Amino acid sequence: MTALLEVSGLYKTFGTGEAATRVLRGLSLTLAEGEMAALLGPSGSGKSTLLTILGTLMKPTSGSYTMLGQDLVAAEDRALTEFRNRHIGFVFQFHNLLPDFTALENVIFPTAVREGRETATARARGRDLLVRMGLENRVNFPSANLSGGQKQRVAVARALMNQPELVLADEPTGNLDRESAMQVMELIAEINRDEGTTFLISTHDEKIASLCRRQIVVGDGLVTG
Amino acid sequence: MLYALKIATRYLTASKAQTALLVLGVAVGVFIFIFMSALIGGLAEFILSRTVGDISHVTIEAEDPDPAVLVGGDGHVLAAIERGRLRTATLSEAATYIPLIEAVPGVVAVSPQISGAGFLARGAQVEQVSVTGLEPGRESAILNLRGYMVEGSERVGSGVIVLGETLADELSLRLGQTVRLQSSTGALAVLTVGGIYDTGNGMIDGSSVYVSLPTARTLFALPQGVTRIEIKLTDLNAADATALRIAALTGLDAVPWTDGAEQLMEALDAQAQTGYFLKSFALVTIVIGVASALLLSTYRRRPEIGIMRAMGAGRGFVIFVFVTQGALVGLMGGLSGAALGYLALLPFPSRDAFEAGTLPMDITQGSYGLAITLTVIGAILASILPARSAARVDPVTAIGQ
Repeated sequence: MTALLEVSGLYKTFGTGEAATRVLRGLSLTLAEGEMAALLGPSGSGKSTLLTILGTLMKPTSGSYTMLGQDLVAAEDRALTEFRNRHIGFVFQFHNLLPDFTALENVIFPTAVREGRETATARARGRDLLVRMGLENRVNFPSANLSGGQKQRVAVARALMNQPELVLADEPTGNLDRESAMQVMELIAEINRDEGTTFLISTHDEKIASLCRRQIVVGDGLVTG
Repeated sequence: MLYALKIATRYLTASKAQTALLVLGVAVGVFIFIFMSALIGGLAEFILSRTVGDISHVTIEAEDPDPAVLVGGDGHVLAAIERGRLRTATLSEAATYIPLIEAVPGVVAVSPQISGAGFLARGAQVEQVSVTGLEPGRESAILNLRGYMVEGSERVGSGVIVLGETLADELSLRLGQTVRLQSSTGALAVLTVGGIYDTGNGMIDGSSVYVSLPTARTLFALPQGVTRIEIKLTDLNAADATALRIAALTGLDAVPWTDGAEQLMEALDAQAQTGYFLKSFALVTIVIGVASALLLSTYRRRPEIGIMRAMGAGRGFVIFVFVTQGALVGLMGGLSGAALGYLALLPFPSRDAFEAGTLPMDITQGSYGLAITLTVIGAILASILPARSAARVDPVTAIGQ
């Protein structure tokens, strides 16, 4: 399988001097296209920091990170913003929807912000994604009025809107009941299977992790398994 | 940036009460700006109309020649003719210039006049008066005599004199009675009182009389020409420029009303400066209000800004969203304030009907367009700081909040 991203010798240190905390200590990792991997490890092991760097929301202190052949360590903010918009989707633990917008408006945000307007094509795809998430009755519902599980499904749809190669999910089911969590994971697995989108899912839940084909264990700032 | 506009609008409509309060604050600032503009402008208009509204805005007077001097061979002055009080200089070719002056843009009336001093006598009572000969039909060209008439007519026909109420009372004169007018040259005319006016100006009502131009010619022995041409303009403030233009056109010495009115001009300037200060304070209040409200909004929406940044919204996009909010608040507040100001000014009398004892508010000087434009610009400037602060939000920190 072709590598989608490669990380090598990644270091991340927060603070300076005696207050310096080294979270990543030369971590290396490769993800292949179409993979569905779980990122496991105890709290403070560096999982969230790794996801943040992979999502280009933060730069490493040192090390290399390439995705789709692009050096994402050297790239500037504007280029990273554009890259993120086109190639990376996010699902956060607390869904992080825009509360003043409807479910559909939230889903199509990544496309609308790139194109400068909400096109009919974007609205059609957004609606399709919501239908696929089982939210056909909630398309024009204010996102603030959705249940937790529904919000997380909207967040998954938003992450897929621009058909990204990589979706990073940080504890996507951490705030859901078991039934909702399984529904979300089934959707993720279905999309991974049908569209070949690569997923990297950070989780503490071994049952959720067992649904992924690969488990990456992070400990003390390094990949340990 | 249609999408940024949509988000800005959504943010404003999402917190309706807060937005309404913010717009109201801006509107009050704009209202004060407009109210002050109308008051300062109206006050200036009122003062000018009361002080110079009835006088000539540009005056052309015949220049007295320098007194003749006889100088001896050794350079000593042997004899000199003293300048007398009697005006002898005339604008002999006035008739030629009048059509030229009338064609100058901004000129509304031209009044050729012969003026001099005289004595008005009835029986044993004698009063010293200033005599002005007016062209029949142009009596109200400069001083609005028609508007001030309390008895009779302002028409200065042959053998007719028009005088002020104070003077008429002094001489116990009534309409239709005869009176003797002797000029400073000694010429005498017996005239009938054709009209009595009351301008409210003691000098004019107590010592000025008006006769026809032919009567004045006889009285002051001026078979041709006039001693003065008075000109009225549509715009008082254009007097300096128009005087220069007329002087260039005719070669005559045209004097604007502003010459010798420095104190009045300084007072009006000071009044205008006060107005600028008050209006500036209103604008500063608007800017501070918008900036603080948007800063608060930026702080409250930090997590959302973080999400937008994570989803691929650039810093420019975030700046545009908040600057657009500022512009929209400025525009809505500006329009509401302007409408409020206009409605509040409607009950005041128009500039042509200002009355003593009331606020001379001039609804036409509300500077509505300027107020709206400055408010929008001010609101945009005020939103730049919050917008930049929003664009600097770290998505990782903000999403974690």
